[in-house]
Amino acid sequence: MSHPGTVAAGAAHRAHEAHHEELGFWRKYVFSTDHKVIGIQYAVTGLLFLLFGFVLMMLMRWNLAYPGVPLPLIGGLFGEARMPGGTMLPEFYNELGAMHGTIMVFLGVVPLAVGGFGNFVLPLQIGAPDMAFPKINMASYWCLFLGGITMLGSFFVPGGAAQSGWTSYTPLAVIAGSGQTWWLVGMIFLITSSLLGAVNFLTTTIQLRAKGLTFMRLPFFVWAQFVTSFLLLLAFPPLEAAGVMQLMDRVAGTSFFMPSGLVVSGQVLANAGGGNTVLWQHLFWFLAHPEVYVLILPAMGIVAEIIANNTRKPLWGYRSMVYSIVFLGFVSFIVWAHHMFMTGMGTAMAAFFQTTTMIISIPSVVILTALVVSLWGGSIRFNTPMLFAISFLPMFGIGGLTGLPLGLNISDIPLHDTYYVIAHFHYVVAPGTIFALFAGIYYWYPKATGRRMNETLGKVHWFGSLVCMNVVFMPMFLVGLAGVSRRLFDAGSAYDFAQGTMHWNSVSSWGAWIMALFQIPFIFNFFWSIRNGEKAEDNVWQATTIEWSAPSPPPHGNFAVAPQAHRGPYEYSVPGANKDFTPQFEA
Amino acid sequence: MDIPYTVEVRRDTGLNNGKIGIWLFLASEVMLFGALFASYILIRTGSPSWPRGDTVLDYRLATFNTIVLIASSVTMVMAWASLMRRRFGTFRIYMAATVLLGGVFLVVKYFEYSHHLHLGEYPSHSNFFAIYYTLTGLHMLHVLGGMVVNAYFWGPGAKLWNTNPVWFTNRVEHSGLFWHFVDLVWIFLFPTLYLL
Amino acid sequence: MSDHLATTDHDDHAGHDPADIDRHVRVYIMVFVALMVLTVITVAVSRLHLSVPAAVSVALLVATVKGGLVACYFMHLISEKKLILAVLALTAAFFVVLLALPSLTHSNGFWIPQAEPAHSDDAHK
Repeated sequence: MSHPGTVAAGAAHRAHEAHHEELGFWRKYVFSTDHKVIGIQYAVTGLLFLLFGFVLMMLMRWNLAYPGVPLPLIGGLFGEARMPGGTMLPEFYNELGAMHGTIMVFLGVVPLAVGGFGNFVLPLQIGAPDMAFPKINMASYWCLFLGGITMLGSFFVPGGAAQSGWTSYTPLAVIAGSGQTWWLVGMIFLITSSLLGAVNFLTTTIQLRAKGLTFMRLPFFVWAQFVTSFLLLLAFPPLEAAGVMQLMDRVAGTSFFMPSGLVVSGQVLANAGGGNTVLWQHLFWFLAHPEVYVLILPAMGIVAEIIANNTRKPLWGYRSMVYSIVFLGFVSFIVWAHHMFMTGMGTAMAAFFQTTTMIISIPSVVILTALVVSLWGGSIRFNTPMLFAISFLPMFGIGGLTGLPLGLNISDIPLHDTYYVIAHFHYVVAPGTIFALFAGIYYWYPKATGRRMNETLGKVHWFGSLVCMNVVFMPMFLVGLAGVSRRLFDAGSAYDFAQGTMHWNSVSSWGAWIMALFQIPFIFNFFWSIRNGEKAEDNVWQATTIEWSAPSPPPHGNFAVAPQAHRGPYEYSVPGANKDFTPQFEA
Repeated sequence: MDIPYTVEVRRDTGLNNGKIGIWLFLASEVMLFGALFASYILIRTGSPSWPRGDTVLDYRLATFNTIVLIASSVTMVMAWASLMRRRFGTFRIYMAATVLLGGVFLVVKYFEYSHHLHLGEYPSHSNFFAIYYTLTGLHMLHVLGGMVVNAYFWGPGAKLWNTNPVWFTNRVEHSGLFWHFVDLVWIFLFPTLYLL
Repeated sequence: MSDHLATTDHDDHAGHDPADIDRHVRVYIMVFVALMVLTVITVAVSRLHLSVPAAVSVALLVATVKGGLVACYFMHLISEKKLILAVLALTAAFFVVLLALPSLTHSNGFWIPQAEPAHSDDAHK
């Protein structure tokens, strides 16, 4: 059987077929331990939940644009308990709001950015045959799956899903309906999934790097995932503890987060009391601030890969970017209480947290600046991944800069809990992170399927999404500066001061609905290209990192011969070289 | 293709995958119990009165349990040392002792819990009992988990010794690290809850 | 790749010849005795009913010593690789943050002069 002259890809392909015979359908595609299959499972799950979360938001946007008006056509589908006569009840709005946040963060972006791209790309980029612990990897996905099912199931329990916001602030969450218990159980699954994943990513990055691939030769995406995993590993357990305590408060009647003598609906609650409501916020934000960086760092990693590839020149300031991202990860643990300036914090601590918050903006600016400067003098290829990656830069810039007033104690007080906050963090996560994730999907799709996605459809998707994202979120800054609270189910139509900005709500809403139409080309493209896309060679983008040396799609075990790294990750347009890219894996 | 460094160590880190994995996991466990201890501090310092542990809990039972758990940690490390000396029979004895001592711990805990529940001291009774049940309950789950893993290495998992003794020794070492961590948590829980 | 594995495999077991393990076992026994003694000490001190700050200090000090013994000897941290110590140092730093900062939230800073409540009473008179 052995042919000494067989090319690597051919040998790998045979190995692939041999495995195909060994494993049945269930082991190969469902309970798989192959990091690529798990990565795709994560990515598809994440995309489905992103779509679901988007649908929840589109429903909310109806009531914000036209408060009290029955929802035409589909309004009757939600039942009399939620939308009597097609008009949304505030309880249903709260359900949608809480679940939109939870699903987008924990079941949409994290599974796609960390689970999906991390699993699929990271082992390939470091030249590893698989993750360090393939079975734990599978367990991690199935924990996520159970968590997702629990969250979805909570819509069908009496009283509906959780209604206390994705932050589940106490004591509101403790006295809420049974959906909150499901939320907590779901979160414990999701946290376990992330912890297992984080251990796996860290061990894989530390141990399974190809020969010659030192830490300073790692692609920036790997660095981003590495720091992200540390954040998940050390920040998630406190929320798990807090979740257990809130579960105890709800199920066993304890009072961890319940103050003494709390009056609900005119009656004093009969619990022991003496708890600390702010404790929940501390433990929640101890996770949830690092979580913000969990959402953004992989996005930065993806954008860095695509920008280096499509400018055909090395990243500007790779080392500064690496030091920045490590510093960012470290400082992200000591900024969390800037979410809590309204809790009656002492002046010294407020000063401490606003100082650390200002400090943490520095490394983000360093990374963003390095990415912008990387464009300078490049011969840029404007393909779909690059268009999304370039759009990330100003969108994330707007999101980041508008965050500064929220990080300062004094200016946070009037802005806190207004639409300004919504606009700020959505600019970071929606046109920021989600654009980067789209960029990553278009970029690595050929590696996963062996075919490219359609460019024209991709550009339609990009253009429509970019315009609509701004139509959705830019007006929210105005609404927020007018002082309208983000919690109002009718967008404040009962208040005089909110009247002047009511029309902006319908602008946002129409933006959102039209944006949904612009996702159709993407969904079509995603499925159509699996069979009908243009065939892609192994290194379709003429890239330098190691994943492009594997066949497309890579077989089980990835590489026929263990790859080696001979140089840094972004050796584009090396003077004197015979082509404009000099891959890491070529001797 | 096999995953490298499952048994042998990587030269630049000096470690195998399992060792790094278990330590990273323990790091997350430190943060888990850290959050609970932080909650304990915040709730206790914020409450007007807080009972001394030994006035409501039986510190003698807990002292006994402390001794049991420390002893099980010693038998655990001796089980690993026996494998290092290639004495499989001795390993079996020490490992059995470790699992049994874990069992003793759980039995004592069962009597402790049922005693308090009989007195009507449920978690909802006061924040002292809330944190007591949460901390010891979570710790107990860890004891149970450790016992299951150790029992597996005592029983069916021990077959690996015949085919790959180095790997088996490593796995016992890693489950031992978890077991010692559980012991370490108890060392802090014991004075915090029962003596102060 | 395989030649480099062979050498590292040797390195791993160089420090664990039988005599070495015998020495380890003697250390384990000594640590066991020390842990027992410290357990007795901490219980005995608690019988003295010291004031709360003193009792907390003694109990935590003893617990830290005991925990340190378990970590250093049973968990072999005393001879562990730098990488793991680095991970644990990072964890320890965030552990301290988690323990300390929530309890300090109400701090106005002892170095900043605070308005005295009695003063405002005087103003009313």
